[in-house]
Amino acid sequence: MTTTTSPAPAPGTDLHAVTAAARAKGRNRERWASARTYISAVVIIVWCLLPAYWMVVTAFREVAFTYDPTPWFTHVSLENFETAFSTERGNRFGQALLNSFIISSVTTVIALLIGVFAAYALARLNFRGKFLILGVVLGASMFPGVALVTPLFQLFTNLSWIGTYQALIIPNISFVLPLTIYTLTSFFREMPWELEEAARIDGCTQGQAFRKVIMPLAAPAVFTTAILAFISAWNEFLIASQLSNSATQTVTVAIASFAGSQPQEEPYTAVMAAGTIVVVPLVILVLIFQRKIVAGLTAGAVK
Amino acid sequence: MSTETRARSAEDPNNPKSTGRSPKSNKALKEVGEDRRAATQGRWATILIAPAIIILGIVIVYPVINAIIMSFQADAGLDPETGLFTEGGFAGFSNYTGWLLQQCGGPNGTTVACSPGTLGAQFWEAFGTTFYFTIVTVALETVIGFWMALIMSRAFRGRSLLRASVLVPWAIPTAVTAKLWFFIFAFQGVINAVFNTDVLWTGSEGPARWAIIIADVWKTTPFMALLILAGLQIIPGDVYEAAKMDGASTWQRFRHITLPLVRPALMVAILFRVLDALRMYDLPQIMTGGANGTTTLSILVVEQIRQGFNAAAALSTITFLIIFIVAFIFVRFLGANAVDAATTSTRAG
Repeated sequence: MTTTTSPAPAPGTDLHAVTAAARAKGRNRERWASARTYISAVVIIVWCLLPAYWMVVTAFREVAFTYDPTPWFTHVSLENFETAFSTERGNRFGQALLNSFIISSVTTVIALLIGVFAAYALARLNFRGKFLILGVVLGASMFPGVALVTPLFQLFTNLSWIGTYQALIIPNISFVLPLTIYTLTSFFREMPWELEEAARIDGCTQGQAFRKVIMPLAAPAVFTTAILAFISAWNEFLIASQLSNSATQTVTVAIASFAGSQPQEEPYTAVMAAGTIVVVPLVILVLIFQRKIVAGLTAGAVK
Repeated sequence: MSTETRARSAEDPNNPKSTGRSPKSNKALKEVGEDRRAATQGRWATILIAPAIIILGIVIVYPVINAIIMSFQADAGLDPETGLFTEGGFAGFSNYTGWLLQQCGGPNGTTVACSPGTLGAQFWEAFGTTFYFTIVTVALETVIGFWMALIMSRAFRGRSLLRASVLVPWAIPTAVTAKLWFFIFAFQGVINAVFNTDVLWTGSEGPARWAIIIADVWKTTPFMALLILAGLQIIPGDVYEAAKMDGASTWQRFRHITLPLVRPALMVAILFRVLDALRMYDLPQIMTGGANGTTTLSILVVEQIRQGFNAAAALSTITFLIIFIVAFIFVRFLGANAVDAATTSTRAG
């Protein structure tokens, strides 16, 4: 690791000797640096938001103007949202929204119920094999979903589970649970657990200390982890595309296979409307809990 | 928890019970107390962690063992020569060698080179495509992500707006991202309109790969940037001040302070992204369906499932092993220690 120490000022160095010209040069350089920061920031913001903006603009555009490159809202119409929910062409977007909601919620609740205890043990208790278990959890979170699809497809076909919610919830747990444990462990590690002790000394019972001190402290961590877990379950595509049928299809699968009026025609505007419906609540949720989510995303990975 | 209370009182030097003992016996008592405490904690840990391990065993280990067993069975099917139905049965390593040597079942149990266009003939191509995507996307995401992280780490007005907008691509599901970029790259789409080109983006080799790479970079660079940013933020500012005083240039400060200090976080971020990219499925599947040189290993597995479980199981096991080997190389030789990173706290003490 590079450590830099500042040595004593070289002999003869006099701060007053710095000329006004040099100072002006420094100010200019600072101004230029700050201008560069702003330009870069604008470039990043535009790059990140422009495609998403284009999705929303297209979602509100009449079908006849699908390919109109006008960058603002023109030929505004709500027909695409009607088309998105219409079941005429065999699309079941409304049903898919409900399916995704049920599957992601159940997955999140199960993963949290099990994950909270495991994370508490990993963060707070000393025991042998802790590193091994953390390694297993991490390994599991990077496990390729495609390695599960083949055996599960056969297994669930034999059990006649294709088209049931459990056929989608169980594989989702395989990647949501490790994520939950991993994130909660790093959150719990950062919590001021001394306060529990302090409350006990002040006369709280163990139960009171847990209810009045630990729960309020842990709640934001658990909530943030729940959002992360929900989003990752909501975004799952590979397993859902193989192990669902038209009744249990999730939104990601529904959007990917959205059918137009003709087989060869891609109903772009309706797909963008469906995408907007899926994305807007997520984005609002993420922006509200921005700080917490960034902390949760990067928890453990870095610290 | 009486054991724990006892252990605590033994540890506490101000505890009236422990006064009046010789320092030696006090120390011995303390050790006994710590042993007991560790034992209690171990018991509790087992109880608390067991459900998670059991569930992971059911949802991951059981299917994987199942897949490995399946991979040594032959797929039942029709003999191409005689047209008769052949039973499966034990196949040894033939499913594996079939993929690796690109050999398909020939007449009377012999093997022949797979004819072009069949799934069996695509293994090495898919392998190459997967690594091409992985190397190109992760390299781009690392460089762009580092740049984004450096900008985000600066103090300026509007920084929170920047951090918020970076989260937008991350929050959009990959399936929606794929459809969105598919539309942007459509022949009559906005890219061709703005740049006045007639490129068949998702319909021709080369551009198809780049369309997928661009979509992937858009979607996942923010994640990379946030991980690197978190790494940057734990570098104390006075280190930079000191280097500045010593006359280190911007480049020198980046090269000799930022890079070495952010390296552990960077390696973990790259590890996460590499493992993620190696299992890439959603973007190519939705944008091109694997056409035009964009079939990744994951796509090949899913296509094979419809044609034979056992060969698909062998291929998914191969894919899993490839990812495992890459992860091992990263952790063992490149020092990406994610477990360490997860267990070291930022809080002092």
